[in-house]
Amino acid sequence: MSDERSHLRHRKTNGVSIVEFSDRKILEEISIAEIGEELQSMVVSSPGINLLLSFKNVEHLSSAALGMLITLNKNVGEKSGKLRLSDITPQIYEVFKITRLNKLFQILDTTEQAISSF
Amino acid sequence: MSETNRPSQAQFRVCVIRSEAKLVFVPKRAILKELEHHHFRTEAMFAIKLALEEALCNALKHGNRFDPAKKITIRYQVTDEKATIIVRDEGVGFEPEKVPDCTAEERLPIPNGRGIMLMKAYMDEVQYRDRGREVYFVKCCGRCDDTKQTC
Repeated sequence: MSDERSHLRHRKTNGVSIVEFSDRKILEEISIAEIGEELQSMVVSSPGINLLLSFKNVEHLSSAALGMLITLNKNVGEKSGKLRLSDITPQIYEVFKITRLNKLFQILDTTEQAISSF
Repeated sequence: MSETNRPSQAQFRVCVIRSEAKLVFVPKRAILKELEHHHFRTEAMFAIKLALEEALCNALKHGNRFDPAKKITIRYQVTDEKATIIVRDEGVGFEPEKVPDCTAEERLPIPNGRGIMLMKAYMDEVQYRDRGREVYFVKCCGRCDDTKQTC
């Protein structure tokens, strides 16, 4: 299902679209824009999507990546869907805490916990 | 086109790049190599990578507005104790003190405006100079915490 050139890997379990990032760093504007477009097309083509982003492989992210996630969260909501984040390392979680975005997103410790939270 | 000079150890090294997103890896790679050479702690390296990304992104996007005629100049000095980095753009500048608080409840859903805040949170020192055209930031190596010394 996943394109080799994609920054994302996705699968579906129990009605939840689970997306993992192929890149360890979500830093550069160009790749962030591509990731945003890819996720946006999933949201548009699946109204009411239960979307789970797993940060299992992610070691770095920038404010531009946070911005992309905020826009995605808004778009998912507008399409009557739900967004969850999971598997975030303590270092990355700290970025969410500092920016207080842990209040905006629903963040679960593990993929399993996130799946059962929908 | 980019250039990286490597003068003697105590001096600042200089890297100048055109305002192209594909070139920002040049200073990032050079600085990362220095941090590794000086055995910076993982946490400190994480913080510096984040701050450097934000500074370069701001210089490219908000400072030089992707104008290929404008350059970004990165000066850096890495010692066993600390990393000092200065990123300068050729834009019109801005007033850093007027950047709104991105952690205010009403601004949480706004997708941009977190770069400066993250830099300040992760660096030991951040200064904006020349009306925002230049940002100077410093980060301790992370080993000083063990010895209760400061850089």
